[in-house]
Amino acid sequence: MDPSTRRPRTEGVKRRISDVDKRALEAAIRLKEEHGGEVATLSMGGERTRTAMLEALAMGADAAYIVNDEALAGVDSLATSKVLMAALGEVGGYDLVLCGEMTLDSLSAQVGPRLAELLDLPQVTYAKHLELVDGRLRAVRELEDVDEVVEVGLPSVVSVVREINEPRIPSLMNIMRAKRKPVEEWDAATLGLSTEEIRAGSSVEVLEVVAPLVERKRIIIEAETVEEAAEKLAEAILSEGVLEV
Amino acid sequence: MVGKAVMVFSEDRELELQLLGIGRELAGKIDAELAALALGSGIVGAEEFVEYGADRLIVVDDPGLSEFSVEPYRAAVLVAARVVEPEILLLGATRRGKELAARVAAALDTGCMTECIELDVDDRGRLTAKRLIYGGSTIATEASSRKPHMATVPARAFEKPEPSSRTGEIVFLDVEVPAPRVEVVERREKTRGDIGLEDAQVIVSAGRGFRGREDLRLLEELAEVLGAKMGCTRPVAADLGWMEAWIGISGHKVAPRLYVACGISGTIQHAAGIRDAQLIVSINSQEGANIHELSDYSIVGDLYTVVPALTRALRERLR
Repeated sequence: MDPSTRRPRTEGVKRRISDVDKRALEAAIRLKEEHGGEVATLSMGGERTRTAMLEALAMGADAAYIVNDEALAGVDSLATSKVLMAALGEVGGYDLVLCGEMTLDSLSAQVGPRLAELLDLPQVTYAKHLELVDGRLRAVRELEDVDEVVEVGLPSVVSVVREINEPRIPSLMNIMRAKRKPVEEWDAATLGLSTEEIRAGSSVEVLEVVAPLVERKRIIIEAETVEEAAEKLAEAILSEGVLEV
Repeated sequence: MVGKAVMVFSEDRELELQLLGIGRELAGKIDAELAALALGSGIVGAEEFVEYGADRLIVVDDPGLSEFSVEPYRAAVLVAARVVEPEILLLGATRRGKELAARVAAALDTGCMTECIELDVDDRGRLTAKRLIYGGSTIATEASSRKPHMATVPARAFEKPEPSSRTGEIVFLDVEVPAPRVEVVERREKTRGDIGLEDAQVIVSAGRGFRGREDLRLLEELAEVLGAKMGCTRPVAADLGWMEAWIGISGHKVAPRLYVACGISGTIQHAAGIRDAQLIVSINSQEGANIHELSDYSIVGDLYTVVPALTRALRERLR
């Protein structure tokens, strides 16, 4: 955060795979290790995304596809999901599309469900456990009040939550090997998309991003003894009227 | 549909009532009627949506909607949206609701602003929203330019309106509800204590300052005096397994009147989960711990002596 403007500083921040996306990748690699198949990563971004994708390849992805087009920077999840759908068509056949449920930044947990809608595929959200049983996916979904155990056929779209696994740290050997794996980059035109149309179709515009002022009293209670401090704190709590007496 | 409309829905009825509050405000700004959606099987009591402000209640009562499943619910919302043609569509930002909203938004080829805590209409007729992002540490202001404007709203962001005896139109829609392609084979109710944190009025919470699981009895005694629910940070639940559920960005977000943080350092992830607490009180032995920055009152001290002393002091006063 820049304290003078209360705006987050994102320039110069090393672009990494977001934590939950990394867990989606880990889930894909584990399915591959158990059942075979191939894992490809698909992402949108520029130079720094390429570095991040090397990490994905080192973890165990077989190929990386990047949609790299400056004209697409800052588009909303409506436009992003359309670009990703076009790119998925270019990647070719797939049995399972795995996404992170959401990233901690401005993304809003929409891309997975939007892809499912656009691709007309069944979709499982909030997966915290995933296995393949007789060609069908079985997942445990984490909802507020219940855990749902669900089954679905392939192909389908699954988004995962943080609890699903602990992602591996790639070995030095695998990092070296990753550099020889294929990385393909496309711009919008390669995908047959018009950037003007995509941009014009983007609905949500971010006008401003600021840190909220924390309005806390931040009073440190000073006292000679623990008892005295506790008495003062108890008085403070009661005087705030937050307890129903 | 003749005039403009604002339409609201949540599978959580209490949240839908709150949506009627902000929905009414927005409807007033764009001179629109307010429509509420009731989906389910054997629906009862939905007329209260009219009492809470809906001009029009759209009811889809179908056995295929008895349990929430995104594909049938999506189909019902889309049919209702075709009938009502809303300018603004507000959905509840529960986990189910956010998934539903993204599906509906994609089908309607429009944008959606997620977890909005303020909503307004600007002079260009756009729906504007304030959302918490970066784990709640930052507020983004966004504007939606495509119609229908869509937004999801979390619980307690807006007050539910005062009910009154008023009349509204009730419309029953027949929808061909598709069978969901995702089959639910089991629903596991979460263990007690795991639920209810969101609604708890007082929460006492444990962090890594506790050295052993058995020491949580200190917190239990404090919880008993305060009539509080117990919570904890992610490491205490996810790594140590001392409790089922944790409070924070990846866990439960809470909004109690009083939050007592014991032995909690105050990471940004945890801070995001407690930011809606009315009063935050903390006990932590580290003078520089971030939790003191996040608190209204704090004691820099050893929780092993301070927590029992606070329990005694409160017991004395609350007797």
